[in-house]
Amino acid sequence: MKMDMDMDVNIKKNYPSYVRGREIKAEDIEEGRVSYNLHKPNIIYSFTAGQAISKFLNGLKEGKLLATECYSCNRTLFPPRIFCEVCFRPIDKWCEVKDSGVVETFSISYIDPDAKPLEKPIIVAVISIDGASPKMGIMHILGEVEPEDVYIGMRVRAVWKPESEREGSITDIMYWKPAEGD
Amino acid sequence: MNVERIKGLKFHKKQDVAIVGAGITTFKRRLNETGKELSYYAAKQALDEAGLSIKDVDMVVMGSAPDAFDGVHMKGEYLLDGSGGSDKPYMRVFVGGGTGVFAPIAGYWHVASGLADVCLVVCEEKMSSCYPHPQSAFKYIWDPILERPLKPNLIWIFALEMRRYMYVNNIKHEDIALVSVKNKANALDHPSAQLAARITVEDVLNSEPMALPVRRLDVSPPSDGASAIMMVASHIARQLTDEPVWVNGVGWALDTTWWTNRDLYFPRYVAEAARMAYKMAHITNPRKEVDVAEPYDPFDYKELHHMEGLGLAKKGEAHILTREGITARDGDLPICPSGGLLGVGNPIAATMGVKVAEIYWQLAYRAGKRQVAKEVTTGIAQAWGDLMQIGTVMVLSNKR
Repeated sequence: MKMDMDMDVNIKKNYPSYVRGREIKAEDIEEGRVSYNLHKPNIIYSFTAGQAISKFLNGLKEGKLLATECYSCNRTLFPPRIFCEVCFRPIDKWCEVKDSGVVETFSISYIDPDAKPLEKPIIVAVISIDGASPKMGIMHILGEVEPEDVYIGMRVRAVWKPESEREGSITDIMYWKPAEGD
Repeated sequence: MNVERIKGLKFHKKQDVAIVGAGITTFKRRLNETGKELSYYAAKQALDEAGLSIKDVDMVVMGSAPDAFDGVHMKGEYLLDGSGGSDKPYMRVFVGGGTGVFAPIAGYWHVASGLADVCLVVCEEKMSSCYPHPQSAFKYIWDPILERPLKPNLIWIFALEMRRYMYVNNIKHEDIALVSVKNKANALDHPSAQLAARITVEDVLNSEPMALPVRRLDVSPPSDGASAIMMVASHIARQLTDEPVWVNGVGWALDTTWWTNRDLYFPRYVAEAARMAYKMAHITNPRKEVDVAEPYDPFDYKELHHMEGLGLAKKGEAHILTREGITARDGDLPICPSGGLLGVGNPIAATMGVKVAEIYWQLAYRAGKRQVAKEVTTGIAQAWGDLMQIGTVMVLSNKR
């Protein structure tokens, strides 16, 4: 109980005085050495895709990447939105961009969303899309390439699921593969 | 319609704002105390250092990051009593990792506007409530339609940003690892530190890969902890101390949430926030006028990235300052003398204790073993967060 006795210690004016808190380990919880209550929430969400992204997802079913254009700043916006966030006005036109692009940056991930190790590392990249304004891109997965062969500036092309299996999800593109010389 | 704007009225404040006390708990992966108890410890220490009691406090600001860690919505209200805010004007602010400097910025609004003469700012984070690992809560940061189906981990965005930064500026991982080595060693002198250690560049480069180029020792740990500062008007500060530390400028800015539309090599959000804070503080050449800085360092490359955003180094040159020892505690521009998030720990909002509070202690010459070698007048604290899009900056000085 050393900690509690610290409470009335006079503070020296020349130094941040007392630094309190009692460290515990995960085992202290597992073995019941501290009082706790374990709670597992069960909450289910249904996220609507909204005006712009619904249209974009329907485009994916047809194997198309859709973008929007703002005539005020002359940008082709990708992922598409129904308003331009810079000019703050409605977009002027929907258009199709190519299913190819350039790797802007990439990472080789050894962990899943819960920080558990993956059996085989996956390569994730930000890909700027051909036909959209410069640096307009999305995050996606790279495939058919070894981690050591990926480089920034590499040209890549989308590999689509067969049309019958597409469901209007970003995963209708399975991954992006190198497209040198295509 | 064209509205008429009056030039020169911006940044007019009712009264000057000083920091006269700060508090910090220990930072650890797991603490037994609840968030309320941690808040109380930190707030009480800040009050004691200032020589004030809770009755003297007009208003309270609480900073705390995602509710998902604590598993309690209305987290601000949950933490109310521990931070001394009951029966007082009280608010909670939250901008992800940027909260550690944004909460004191909100405290500044309270005092500078004249609404309060004494404002207590408390920041708390208890990440360990999310069991077994807070990573499971972090995944809810991603866009639910376009990104979550790809099964991302939060580390990805940092890895992608780090790679882009290294590529554009032609920086090697060895240069970046030096930041981790420096900060973890600085933390040896911090009584709160969770991961203080003497490590080498090789240790960093050989540590477990997470999402390359990010390895285990490039990253700060999740932590529990709390911190607090006392912000008061000048006429109160004068009664309490001969050496108050003044808040001379604040700034904040957010970049687009469509983060795949940005070039990640440069933190535009930090540059914008710094421009606002420097303008308010009349700083024109930050590299010359800033004596000590605590940029946000949840990853080692982020310290360099943020130094460039803050104008403390030219683009792509921050690693040279690090390599030459200029950013060491006895260097010409000490960076993260506290040990930063890499060494002391990363309880998101509570990192106020190693950012704003550390600069306060440095400028008040109360940092003890961590006191930098050079004479200090002006320091800056900066934090960063949300979907790597907000910069929050505070300029502090022991001269008004």
